[in-house]
Amino acid sequence: MNAPVPAIAMRGVWTRYKETVIHKDLDLTVAPGDVLGLVGGSGSGKTTLLREMLGLLRPARGTIELFGQDLDDPDPLAQRAVRRRLGMLFQHGALFSALSVFDNIAFPLRELKCLDEAWIRQLVHLKLAMVELEPRHGRLMPAELSGGMVKRVALARAIALEPELLLLDEPTAGLDPDRSDNFVRLIKQLQRELGFSVVMVTHDLDTLAGLSNKVAVLADQHIVASGPLLDIMSVDHPFIRNFFCCERGLAALQQAHN
Amino acid sequence: MSPGPVLQLKDGCAVLSGTWTLAALVPRLAVLQGDLAAAAAGAASWDLTAVSHLDSAAATLLWRTWGGAHPASLAASEAQRHILDRVAALPPEAPPPVRPRRSPVTLLGRVVLRILHNLYGLVALFGQLLLDGLHLARHPGEIPWKEFSANLYKAGAQALPVSALVGFLIGITISYLSALQLKTFGADLFIVNILGISIIRELGPVLVAVLVAGRSGSAMTAQIGVMRVTEEIDALATMGISRTVRIILPKVVALTLAMPLLVLWTSAVALVGGMAAAYLQLDLSPGYFIDTLPRAVPVANLVIGLAKGAVFGFAIALVACHFGLHVRPNTESLSAYTTTAVVTAITTVIVVDALFAVFTRQVGMPQL
Ligand SMILES: Nc1ncnc2c1ncn2[C@@H]1O[C@H](COP(=O)(O)OP(=O)(O)OP(=O)(O)O)[C@@H](O)[C@H]1O
Ligand SMILES: [Mg+2]
Repeated sequence: MNAPVPAIAMRGVWTRYKETVIHKDLDLTVAPGDVLGLVGGSGSGKTTLLREMLGLLRPARGTIELFGQDLDDPDPLAQRAVRRRLGMLFQHGALFSALSVFDNIAFPLRELKCLDEAWIRQLVHLKLAMVELEPRHGRLMPAELSGGMVKRVALARAIALEPELLLLDEPTAGLDPDRSDNFVRLIKQLQRELGFSVVMVTHDLDTLAGLSNKVAVLADQHIVASGPLLDIMSVDHPFIRNFFCCERGLAALQQAHN
Repeated sequence: MSPGPVLQLKDGCAVLSGTWTLAALVPRLAVLQGDLAAAAAGAASWDLTAVSHLDSAAATLLWRTWGGAHPASLAASEAQRHILDRVAALPPEAPPPVRPRRSPVTLLGRVVLRILHNLYGLVALFGQLLLDGLHLARHPGEIPWKEFSANLYKAGAQALPVSALVGFLIGITISYLSALQLKTFGADLFIVNILGISIIRELGPVLVAVLVAGRSGSAMTAQIGVMRVTEEIDALATMGISRTVRIILPKVVALTLAMPLLVLWTSAVALVGGMAAAYLQLDLSPGYFIDTLPRAVPVANLVIGLAKGAVFGFAIALVACHFGLHVRPNTESLSAYTTTAVVTAITTVIVVDALFAVFTRQVGMPQL
């Protein structure tokens, strides 16, 4: 059997906003079933990288393939097919402000145009329950949610289509520790059941240690190291040393193993 | 690609295999749903062990097929049972709240109440602006000069070209149409009276008001609305800066001041347009036109026109700001309020114009 097609393959990617170069010759591969934690300093271009994976932003140079499908493919149907295979949790939620929580989650399902309304209702309530929201929360508007609730609704919307690849931008920022643990558990469980791949940007060591089986470090405009967390921690790089600064990192790791 | 969802009936047992995921289900949903319904009727036991992927969408589908209960006998892996249990654990659906039907009387009452509510809001905003004015009179250092001049430039100076264009064309049109009529009566010379009175007293102010309501009024509502959506107004308040002084007062004052000037400018350009058309159509020399204008149109008309301009400008800005402050933080409300603001502003202008017409009916008519 030949090697499985990687969920994401980025090769030689350059990104620039006007004069500022954000990524310089960046390579990144995510195998199917991987949970990749992407870490890097604030403003190092993590969100930008996710936007490129989504095809919202074209890199100046280099290629990006999702499930072996080049994102530059001009065929709109192929584009849509590949987009439906991924879900994205935006850093600030990006909920549709004019739609209620229920309709936000139901939106991608309705777009399939073949599920009946009763089924959609059941699925939405299921997703709400998964992110620990109650059915009555479905009637709220996005402006009436707390910051953490926005995150959870956004996650529910991201997993509405049962994606094969989930992109999470700081999923646990703004959640209380308990919720954040539950979040880690939820993603882990879903990941076991469905075997999807996850790319997750996070600054939270607990989330990183608890969830990811691989870590990629974005610094100096490219991926300086990528691999299992334990290997990464021994890499000698100023950012990595600071980020995991010994005790902090070890404590989190201990927690994860217990 | 992994094989799609497969359903087979083997002597009373429904055997599922392949991937049962939403993406795989969608292309052949209609057929599958029929097959599942048939299987549910015929089979007592279900076997999911050969299914490679089962997601919650497929689990809900199965659950619905089974009529919301586990089948008599079910062979499934631990993980699959877990997914099914999650579906089973969903609380039974509460019926959607029935909306009471509203009678036309209630609807009418609502509309009236909303209008009263908005009127109240406008009066309250006006009162607040007066208080702010008093405050600024005592603390001249706090007067927001920069915002004021920025608004004057945006609402006034930048509106000059478009109002000139519209004014010029309207002037030509009216002059041309009137000339055709006057010619038949041989009353060519009265073109000056008709153009002068109608443009200076009526058309100029109303035309500019409609233009400005669409141009600056909508911009004000949208700007204040977005500032509300993004919580910028709250940020201002936290810094101890009054939103009325910093945002609303400069807009209202600037538009009240800019409108008469715009009216003057537009009326002048419209008269030039009318003069040109009269020259071409009736052979009326511009010299005669300019000579006769002051005699045909008493100066009171100009005063009325400018006063209208100021009042219209004030009304437009006040209405636009009022609605901007009431935008709810979502895109739908933003667009609805911007529309409402423009419509209300134009309606207000027309109403005020009618009032002007009633109260100044004895003023400024030429004695013949
Ligand atoms: N639309 C844009 N135009 C110009 N520069 C941009 C734009 N978006 C982002 N940038 C710049 O790109 C850099 C990377 O931004 P990005 O949002 O990817 O950072 P990040 O790694 O996600 O940071 P954080 O952890 O704070 O979310 C920043 O320096 C930012 O200023
Ligand atoms: Mg970011």
